[in-house]
Amino acid sequence: MSHLGIPKTYKLFIGGKFPRTESGRILEVRGPTGEFLANASRASRKDFRNAVVAARKASGGWAKSTAYLKGQILYRIAEILDGRSDQFVNELVGQGLPETKARTDVSEAVDLLVHYAGWSDKYQALFSTVNPVASPHFNFSTPEPVGVVGIIAPRRGSLPELVSAIAPALVGGNAVVALAGESALTAISFAEVLATSDVPGGIVNILTGHRDELVPEFAKHMDVNAVLLCSDDADERKIAELEAVENLKRMSLQPDRSLSPSPYHILDFQEIKTTWHPVGV
Amino acid sequence: MSANDFLLGGFAPAPESTDHFEIKKSYDLFIGGKWVKAAKRFETTNPATGEVLSEVALAGKKEVNQAVKAARKAYGEVWSKLSGAERGKYLFRIARLLQERAREFAVVESMDGGKPIRESRDVDVPLAAAHFFYHAGWADKLAYAFPGAGVSPIGVVGQVIPWNFPLLMAAWKIAPALACGNTVVLKPAETTPLTALKLAELFEDAGLPAGVVNIITGAGETGKALVEHPYVDKVAFTGSTAVGKEIRRSVAGTGKKFTLELGGKAANIVFEDAAVNEAVEGIVNGIFFNQGHVCCAGSRLFVQESIADTVIKKLKKRMESLVVGNPLDKNTDVGAINSVEQLERIKELVKAGKEEGACIWQPSGGLPRKGNWFKPTLFTECAQSHRIVQEEIFGPVLVIQTFRNPQEALTKANNTPYGLSGGVWTDKGSKIFKMTAGLNAGVVWANTFNKFDPTSPFGGYKESGIGREGGLHGLSAYCNLSH
Repeated sequence: MSHLGIPKTYKLFIGGKFPRTESGRILEVRGPTGEFLANASRASRKDFRNAVVAARKASGGWAKSTAYLKGQILYRIAEILDGRSDQFVNELVGQGLPETKARTDVSEAVDLLVHYAGWSDKYQALFSTVNPVASPHFNFSTPEPVGVVGIIAPRRGSLPELVSAIAPALVGGNAVVALAGESALTAISFAEVLATSDVPGGIVNILTGHRDELVPEFAKHMDVNAVLLCSDDADERKIAELEAVENLKRMSLQPDRSLSPSPYHILDFQEIKTTWHPVGV
Repeated sequence: MSANDFLLGGFAPAPESTDHFEIKKSYDLFIGGKWVKAAKRFETTNPATGEVLSEVALAGKKEVNQAVKAARKAYGEVWSKLSGAERGKYLFRIARLLQERAREFAVVESMDGGKPIRESRDVDVPLAAAHFFYHAGWADKLAYAFPGAGVSPIGVVGQVIPWNFPLLMAAWKIAPALACGNTVVLKPAETTPLTALKLAELFEDAGLPAGVVNIITGAGETGKALVEHPYVDKVAFTGSTAVGKEIRRSVAGTGKKFTLELGGKAANIVFEDAAVNEAVEGIVNGIFFNQGHVCCAGSRLFVQESIADTVIKKLKKRMESLVVGNPLDKNTDVGAINSVEQLERIKELVKAGKEEGACIWQPSGGLPRKGNWFKPTLFTECAQSHRIVQEEIFGPVLVIQTFRNPQEALTKANNTPYGLSGGVWTDKGSKIFKMTAGLNAGVVWANTFNKFDPTSPFGGYKESGIGREGGLHGLSAYCNLSH
């Protein structure tokens, strides 16, 4: 018996929901032989601003949740992604990736999530200090999430590239607005994983769209605290840096490829807070 | 007014003597281990008297270039080849020499900048020496500082520092830079160049290799030329947020590293269960320390409504007893305003405060006739929208608001683009941690204020800057990490 498939509509991921772009614009996605695959959403500046509002609203709760819970949720993302690996492989193969490469991509992404899940309750100890001040005070410095982080994923935007960019900011207690790379379909399917992994709505928002149009907006927005820009393009970097001046955004400029797993990528989106208190009676 | 123009508050004069050291009539630039003349010069004055203290060289583009090249040469040929232990020994020497000449440095600092001798003697100079001593010990231990990461020096560091803590800021900047293996070109502020130049004398005495630290004097144009110089690998700036943003712009796209320590508008929050007398001392120290020329000053006081009247009454009484006057007098609590420009800025904002409807109060004592002075001042009936609440005054002016519960205090406290520091006064431990965690600020003092230490990282959230100085976290600003 024949069964006509029901292709998925790829929308944006904002505030835990999957809205269409308010702009009504599309990114047409075609397979390796030019066959039509899908109309992804081409996010607008307004979509980006909506995503920042959602991220800001959610950020306080995520930042305050325990390290243990954040670790559990990161691990949960890995579990759900692993469970759906066939879906991702099929989708990647449909976009022209050889199956072995597609499988490696998915397992790499899973491993990255497991890696960062484990950091959730350890990087604080690594990057904290008790400072032996020369006065009768107890004095300590600890990392705190910077707040809302804009992430420009590597241009190609394979699954491990996207995950390597999002996971460190996420496990560090930040809310994220990410611009996916060219693999829009993979990014939105990953959003479905996030949506079913107990990640609170608004903590990760994923947009698909034109990089030239959106990078300056990420850098410019006054309620974005930090931006990770994965780019080898000197002009793009400079434009973003200049736009970021007005609120002194923290900028992490990284090469246009997967970030190798490191707690220093978590530290890139932390502020160090130092607290003093007198010792005495 | 008494026979002594400066004497207020009923104490016998106790001025520090100035006959035990020399301020030269003129100073040149310290470049490549030599004193180099410049075509132009400018005067530095004592803000408490208006008298000219010395004439210093004005570094133009040519001299900046010379200094950066000297630093580059010293980096390549000498400093990057020394072991960490040897670098550290130079820093230990510098710390010791500074301790030995502490009295001279304290007096010169107070003469050139206007700060009370009690502060320069007890805070600025000892802390500056401590910064050299602390970082000296790091020089051969950097491999342990960053777990799992490789560490290497950056190269030539261009540093621009402000006039509020001239020597201390020089130490904050130079000590970690050298410990981490970099060489330095430092520009002190145009109104307070003398202690940095004296520090250069001390580098000579320490036998520090030529070009490892270069001190160039000048104003904004000199700083700009330094920051923009293509051979500068890292920029470290302490100063206003406006200039900080200009610098951030100028390093965009260059790949230069940078740290910025900028302005602040710290909230000092006093709860009804605080030890009120201690809190009042903390409020006074928070805002009147160094005439309020402090980026982390507790310039916004939030008092819980139930004790507002008591606190304000006690505060006024305490302010009546503050001795304003001769910075060199050991009784002085509040010294001279650093420059005429700064005095004008303070007056402008105070005028705006009055015009916008806040209520001003100042103690009854007079002010010296000569020099730049401003009375310790407080404003009540302040609204969040007032300029005096939103803008950094950088003077001895406190704005007071009230609150009812912790959440309201946090919301108001965080309602500013700044995020450098904050204070909390309460006897309840769990409340302390709720508040210190909730303040968006890099340094939070609980039941104390304005404490500093080389082991303790300092630096701001949001528009108060990027990066930390001091402590383990401050080191990373002067290293390249590979991981």
